Amino acid sequence: MSALLSVADVHISYGKVEAVRGVSLEVATNEIVTIIGANGAGKTTLLNAIMGVLPLKGRTSFAGTDMAPLDIEDRVATGLSLVPEHRELFGTMNVEDNLELGAFRIAKSVAANSLERVYALFPRLKERRKQLAGTLSGGEQQMLAMGRALMGAPKLLMLDEPSLGLAPIIVADIFRTVGELRAAGVSVLLVEQNAQAALQIADRAYVMELGEFVLEGSAKDIASNKRVAASYLGFQHEGESAV
Amino acid sequence: MNTTILLFLLQDGITNGAVYALLGLALVLVFAVTRVILIPQGEFVTYGALSYAMLATGQVPGTAQLAVAMGLAAFGLDLFFARKALHVRLALRSAALNIVFPVALLAVTYKVAGPATPMAVNIALALLIVAAIGLFLYRIAFQPIAHTSVLVLLIASVGCHLALQGLGLVFFGAEGLRGPALSNAAVTAGPLRFTGQSLAVYGLTVAFIVGLWLFFGYTRMGKALRATAVNRLGARLVGIRTTLSGQIAFLLASVIGAISGILIVPITTLYYDTGFLIGLKGFIAAIIGGLVSYPLTAVAAILVGIVEAFSSFYASNFKEVIVFTLILPVLVLRSLAAPAVEEEKD
Repeated sequence: MSALLSVADVHISYGKVEAVRGVSLEVATNEIVTIIGANGAGKTTLLNAIMGVLPLKGRTSFAGTDMAPLDIEDRVATGLSLVPEHRELFGTMNVEDNLELGAFRIAKSVAANSLERVYALFPRLKERRKQLAGTLSGGEQQMLAMGRALMGAPKLLMLDEPSLGLAPIIVADIFRTVGELRAAGVSVLLVEQNAQAALQIADRAYVMELGEFVLEGSAKDIASNKRVAASYLGFQHEGESAV
Repeated sequence: MNTTILLFLLQDGITNGAVYALLGLALVLVFAVTRVILIPQGEFVTYGALSYAMLATGQVPGTAQLAVAMGLAAFGLDLFFARKALHVRLALRSAALNIVFPVALLAVTYKVAGPATPMAVNIALALLIVAAIGLFLYRIAFQPIAHTSVLVLLIASVGCHLALQGLGLVFFGAEGLRGPALSNAAVTAGPLRFTGQSLAVYGLTVAFIVGLWLFFGYTRMGKALRATAVNRLGARLVGIRTTLSGQIAFLLASVIGAISGILIVPITTLYYDTGFLIGLKGFIAAIIGGLVSYPLTAVAAILVGIVEAFSSFYASNFKEVIVFTLILPVLVLRSLAAPAVEEEKD
């Protein structure tokens, strides 16, 4: 198993406050990995720092390249892509322009194929392709943000809270699509508060609390862990109290 | 007042307004993409106009040497900021843009400068020189502080304006210059006489507006510039370099400024510091357009031109006062209409 993304002993600070303390993680090719944890645990901070939006201390390498000297734009070019929590769409531009710009670093002929694939993945976007991104519903905006990231043909897609603020039926739709990405050769690093949904599609999982990983393992093991079940999945095993 | 005077004033106002429209559009573009309020826009006008006027007399303008000096500084900055991940290709690309381009430009200018140089060559040289200065100005003064607040960028912008204006005095002297007209043809329509020069002003303004519209609406780079203006983080996340967007915005602004200057220098005598006032009138138009709306800016610029023409007829002493007073009601209305917003962080 060769690691596509490898993050070792990473510390991230906001001024004097250390938000992430000594975290290490790996994502292999064709793997779906999730980081679950409560609000404020440092999950978003970690993803942003891996993408280069925030500075970090520690070692990060992607596809065999040391990421330290690369800024966001160069990391995108190596095949790393982030769908941020706030989506960061181009609100006053239409859906198709947003998608086209997702392929900014890709040759135009290749981008045309990517556009067809993204439309196949999210038929809703095709229906709305002349609509301004800012006028889409929350679910459609999330689809557009993912579609835009996929237009750049990433090797690893990092998704930050894709289910945030969406209706359950849309969430199911989004997660099904995330599962389908593996078939398309895209690995996924998924940060979620919706632990149940995330653990169902993931291969492996990390549990983050107060800036540290407290547990890691296969998604199945994590899902059956009593502590996780009590804290994140919202049920207790019979006869036992939550630890 | 009779109809003839009215028509004359309108014609005069629209001609000047067209130039302000070009400058206003450039200001909106630069602000949207880089958040810089481009005070030195007026210097691009002066440099373009006076470089062209000097070339027409067969002299080599000092702006050509300035471009070389700024290119060297830009090259130094490129190397310094890339020192941790420097590779040969990057250094060569930077050297080609920052050193070879301006040095070649200077060499060509020395070679061809003379009283008999064709006008088209002079125009091309003046445009290229100012384009280089605009590009390097962004690299030297704004790119290193691109992430700071609008206020810091504004102060840097004022500094650039003062420095470039002072250099303008060195290059062109305190005497005003006038350049040869693009065309001496004239068309008469009723009481109005349209000179070839004013027709060129209209034609180029319309051509630029259509060109910018096509660029922003239909090309990938144009869309990337809009994307940078709408959402800087979003743009970076799809791999659009905000520095590249900034360079292109400054390049467009400097070329637009230089063209405006070349268009008006045959009509009025320009001094080393005239550009500032002209740029400010474009700025009034841009403010009326809220620094975001291109169509509103263009319309407002025509209005500024017409108000200026009428006030110079009725109260020429108060011409500038009246024009700049236009901004007050707009600011009051805008501040009432829009609630106070925290400056965006990024």
